[in-house]
Amino acid sequence: MAHASLPRKSTNVDMTAMCDVAFLLLTFFMLATKFKPDEPVEVRTPASIQEIPLPDVDVMLLTIDLKGRVFFAIDNKNMRKSLIENIDQYKNLGLTEAEKNSFAIGSSVGVPFNQLKSYLDAPPDEAAKYSANATGIPVDTSVDNPNNELAAWIRSARNTNPKLRICIKADGDASYPSVQKVIKTLEGWKIFKFNLITSLKAVPVGSAAYIQAQAAAEKKQ
Amino acid sequence: MAEMDTSSGGGHKKGPGVKKGKKLSTRIDLTPMVDLGFLLITFFMFTTTMAKPKTMEINMPYKDPNMKVEDQSKVKESTALTILLSKNHRVYYYEGIGSDPNNPPKLEATTFREKGGIRDEIIAKEAKVDAMKRAGQLGPKDQTTILIKPDTTSTYDDLVNILDEMSINAVKTYAIVDISGQDQEFIHLTEQANGGK
Repeated sequence: MAHASLPRKSTNVDMTAMCDVAFLLLTFFMLATKFKPDEPVEVRTPASIQEIPLPDVDVMLLTIDLKGRVFFAIDNKNMRKSLIENIDQYKNLGLTEAEKNSFAIGSSVGVPFNQLKSYLDAPPDEAAKYSANATGIPVDTSVDNPNNELAAWIRSARNTNPKLRICIKADGDASYPSVQKVIKTLEGWKIFKFNLITSLKAVPVGSAAYIQAQAAAEKKQ
Repeated sequence: MAEMDTSSGGGHKKGPGVKKGKKLSTRIDLTPMVDLGFLLITFFMFTTTMAKPKTMEINMPYKDPNMKVEDQSKVKESTALTILLSKNHRVYYYEGIGSDPNNPPKLEATTFREKGGIRDEIIAKEAKVDAMKRAGQLGPKDQTTILIKPDTTSTYDDLVNILDEMSINAVKTYAIVDISGQDQEFIHLTEQANGGK
């Protein structure tokens, strides 16, 4: 039998197409990306069937962790700057310009006012550690209580930006009284409408919500 | 040395011994570039948050310490279902609002199970109110009202679960109300009756 020798092919592949794809995807991800915000604490949100997405702007986020510690954050950097100026005046904290800027570029705050200055003085890498051991913002059921510092935060934030939507992100295992204190504080400022952040779960088949969703889907078609 | 001497001199004409410059291929090895591209893709994929968190909108009943008694909305005993959230994700419920001290409500215990849990009770209550509406015992505007009273021992999970049940069962009127000492007493008694659990 004669051995037909195959022509030796080059192992070089044209990379151009692959390069195109890679950069196309890269562009997509770069444009679509929104960096995960720094979260002060790990929070496991409970699931619900609600599908209302979290608004992009004007969000005040109140995080309540497992132990009931409250963290406060708002989204816009400029807003954060005016908020800290407002708080500084309101509570006579005597913050320096550098400390105010540190607040403006930072994320959530979970320290009482008497620790705020030293918290903002800490370098950014230490601030994360500080958050892990923070006591949380003191909160109470009544807004008139001077120890209810969350009430002061909310008041100042709403003065800076009245359009703020209030979102509560609480851990599923947080006790109800700790959540209730935050809700009571909101009620004290006459805020009766707010959002609870939940993860998504499927609508149970056969339930009233399921039937409504089906009817809505049929209407569309 | 003749090969090196291509650019010197001024003449256009090249001598017969001078070689032409070698034509280089325009192909570049793109492999490192692709590597870089995929590295960046990986980075962006990990840092991105694609799925936006979902939120549940909640309206608390309007409260004002100066509100007059006649302005407060009244809940009819017959349309109401009171749900008490207690420890270990246990749910207690009773018909009505438990306002009659002579006739204390009978608490039933249940859970958030898919089948035979609180959902079935809510559906049953809605059916009952519908039947009463058809029988003319209730006006056309009356609807099932659910009072949610989370006890101090309940967790945030319980609250979200019960609010979720409201949207699952399309209950339009419900309210989160503070638990009263009386309700806590009811829970306590029921726990004792069930063997202290």
